[in-house]
Amino acid sequence: MDAATKPEASGLHSALRHKFMAIVGNENVHAATAADAVAGVQPKLVIEPGAERELAEILRLSNEAGLAVIPRGNGTKLGWGNPPTRADLILSTTRLNEIIEHAWADLTVTVEAGCTIQRLQETLAQHGQRLALDPLWPEKATIGGVLSANDSGALRLRFGALRDLIIGATIALADGTLASSGGKVVKNVAGYDLPKLVTGALGTLGVITRAVFRLHPLPRNTRSFSVAAASAEEAKRFVVAVQDSKLAHTSLQCHFSDDTSPVSDILFEGTEAGLAAQENQLRDLAEHAAVSEASRSTWTAREELWDFSDRPCTAIAKISILPASMARTMKLVENIANRQQVRWRALVYATGLGWLRLEGKPEALRGALHELRSELEAQHGSLVALHRPEKMPAFDAWGSAGDALPLMKAVKQQMDPKSTLNPGRFVGGI
Amino acid sequence: MGHTFDELRAIVGDRGLISSAEELHTYECDGLTNFRVMPRAVVLPNTTEQVQAVVRICHRERMPFVARGSGTGLSGGALPVENGIVISLARMNRILEVDFPNARVVVEPGVINLDVTGRVSPQDYFYAPDPSSQSICSIGGNVAENSGGAHCLKYGFTTTHVLGLEVVLPDGSLVHFGGKTLDAPGYDLAGVFVGSEGTLGVATKIILRIVKRPECVRTLLAAFPSTNEAGAAVSDIIAEGMLPAAIEMMDNLAIQAAEAAVHANYPNCGGLLLVELDGPVAEVDALMTEVKKICSSNGAPEIRVAQSDAERALVWKGRKAAFAAMGRISPNYIVQDGVIPRTALPQVMSEIERLSQAGGLRVANVFHAGDGNLHPLVLYDRRIAGQEEAAEALSSQILELCIAAGGSITGEHGVGEDKKKMMAKMFAEPDLATMQRVRCAFDPLQLSNPTKVFPTPRLCGEKPGEYVPHSAESAGIAERY
Repeated sequence: MDAATKPEASGLHSALRHKFMAIVGNENVHAATAADAVAGVQPKLVIEPGAERELAEILRLSNEAGLAVIPRGNGTKLGWGNPPTRADLILSTTRLNEIIEHAWADLTVTVEAGCTIQRLQETLAQHGQRLALDPLWPEKATIGGVLSANDSGALRLRFGALRDLIIGATIALADGTLASSGGKVVKNVAGYDLPKLVTGALGTLGVITRAVFRLHPLPRNTRSFSVAAASAEEAKRFVVAVQDSKLAHTSLQCHFSDDTSPVSDILFEGTEAGLAAQENQLRDLAEHAAVSEASRSTWTAREELWDFSDRPCTAIAKISILPASMARTMKLVENIANRQQVRWRALVYATGLGWLRLEGKPEALRGALHELRSELEAQHGSLVALHRPEKMPAFDAWGSAGDALPLMKAVKQQMDPKSTLNPGRFVGGI
Repeated sequence: MGHTFDELRAIVGDRGLISSAEELHTYECDGLTNFRVMPRAVVLPNTTEQVQAVVRICHRERMPFVARGSGTGLSGGALPVENGIVISLARMNRILEVDFPNARVVVEPGVINLDVTGRVSPQDYFYAPDPSSQSICSIGGNVAENSGGAHCLKYGFTTTHVLGLEVVLPDGSLVHFGGKTLDAPGYDLAGVFVGSEGTLGVATKIILRIVKRPECVRTLLAAFPSTNEAGAAVSDIIAEGMLPAAIEMMDNLAIQAAEAAVHANYPNCGGLLLVELDGPVAEVDALMTEVKKICSSNGAPEIRVAQSDAERALVWKGRKAAFAAMGRISPNYIVQDGVIPRTALPQVMSEIERLSQAGGLRVANVFHAGDGNLHPLVLYDRRIAGQEEAAEALSSQILELCIAAGGSITGEHGVGEDKKKMMAKMFAEPDLATMQRVRCAFDPLQLSNPTKVFPTPRLCGEKPGEYVPHSAESAGIAERY
């Protein structure tokens, strides 16, 4: 008898575990280890179904038995969201990793949830195409995880977010229903847009088993430039001027920190002729500021923010602000950081989405995040805490969901009435 | 009802309530005129508070309501519901806020699509979604239908450009989805609401994204022997990694009609392709050279690039007038809206041709060729016995072709009343039941445009699958169909 079938080890009724094994095969049911803990909560089993139907059936049985299920891809963002109020089993999508159809002439792809971003991009590149999205850790991050966490990077400015790229989805509901919505064509308004509903829902409404995306061509050529600024105000003026210009840039981001001057990066894609002309326009627009050619690696700066050795003293938050209030927000961060005695670095995109890394004592981190969230929410913005050190005093990951929270709870109640999926991890206790 | 009318009148004033049969006729249908239902009354609120007060009364009285913008929809989405009222948002037509540094505009739902662009064009911005009816259709209607337009190939649909919504839910409560900033914590309810065809509530305020005008816009017309060669050219353009702002295609019948109506000076050919590129001049010039080459190599003897804004406007006028132009060549016609994977075009076109010949009815074709959105126009004469029915049957068969090709029954006109029966052909029962769950979260009493979109309305709380009579049904106050 291995660990997974030991009744006392799991607390799960052994008859149920045998049913799970009958569905997915013995080798795909494992006892959870400490490495499977979800934000400090220890689940009992890890189940890896190999087909959508299997996944839906596991979910149905779990739901009937009143178990709490944590969907998981490769787990790169498993710490995002609040700790679950309950966690019995991890439902892994890693074996559901097929690229079902790359209809390259139609610029669409149908892919299973467990496929990594990198493997998908490599396949698409064979026909000169891409999913125009640059999420964190593409070599590990899966389609389902990136969708559920709604992760996006610098390319969002030009190509939109996942909500603008996803055109169809199949989800497994807690009761085992497998439901598809959207379709395989880019333009389609038949029925409700459920692919958007499950994007960013952190797996609380259903488990995404497959998705269909619209694709974009890979760029013929790219050029990246960095533009120095003496102050946050100057960086903001540059961003607003670029956004108000005729430049057809793909990405635009600004780096800020407590010990360096702001730097903005801009990415162009296109024909050689087009790029040369845009470089000239950029130099005119930047006036006296120093413009230098930047390496492609500047566009993975977001990952560097997560590159920390000092986990107990680091917090990371996603902020959302109006682009033109970038300088004011950085001043705010600076003041709060000084007051709370924490170090800070930020990367802010021209979309108004930004990533903030704070380092300091856990109490001070909480104080800074709390203060900053209050200020941003007062200005119609938001702050979502993505990484909170274990010792940090309790701090809600999400902040306010506004007056639509009762409706969000009603949607959850309809889709997952027993709160089987990721209980307590989402906004307002959902 | 008399008392309820008095209450409604007290909210919107004498001039905000229409209840005489004569005036109500204006509201008995939308742009799809073959469905007609007389509403009990039409209210024209001026403010969000008035909309809320009206909806609260509907909720109390269990009286269904249908929100209506300009009434230009082509799927019967704004068709009144039996024993219900119409809430016209036409008077809520203020542009509330324009924020250029953040490229945001806040509008009321009755604002006309083109007026948004009109307001921001002095600063060289525009509102991207451009349905052909953009000079009369409202933003609220665009939100309900997730309207597209010719330029959505590059710029996206209404949903891409709606950042936030203020919505009166079917119980009269006021909620806010999304906002001026991106990724507000919580479910993407704005994403679900846009395109829900008025079934989830009434939008009373909309936060839109506006876009800076590109440095240049160039429009090319290429005349091909048939739509097959034109379609092959589109494939080559896509394969070369280009994403034009728009690619439109018209067949010979559509060209003739457009010429008769607006004298767009189109070449007379079997398949006309309109390709628009926009962006920096150097980029567009380089790509336009390639597009010309592709068109030539696919057999286009005549290629023209519009030489002035006036010429460009004329080219578009012909395309945008194409539906209405059918009146010049046929007494009656049905506008169809289906989507196919673009690569299925030659096969679907030849099937449409076969159906057209078998049915003895002419079909004109206008396509958003870049994204596979077809608008076949089935021409008929109502005065000839049986032709209307034959045209409707042919039009439905075309949609079945679209489904069979892996496409959709609607790309931008919506399901509404017209296509709800087709939903069961495109989606399986669990798919529709899952959508229904979302509807029940928003509108448990099913008061907001209740009879649209879904083929078999199900009462909320009812279990799918096994037939269980709902208490209301057993009591004889509701029925299924």
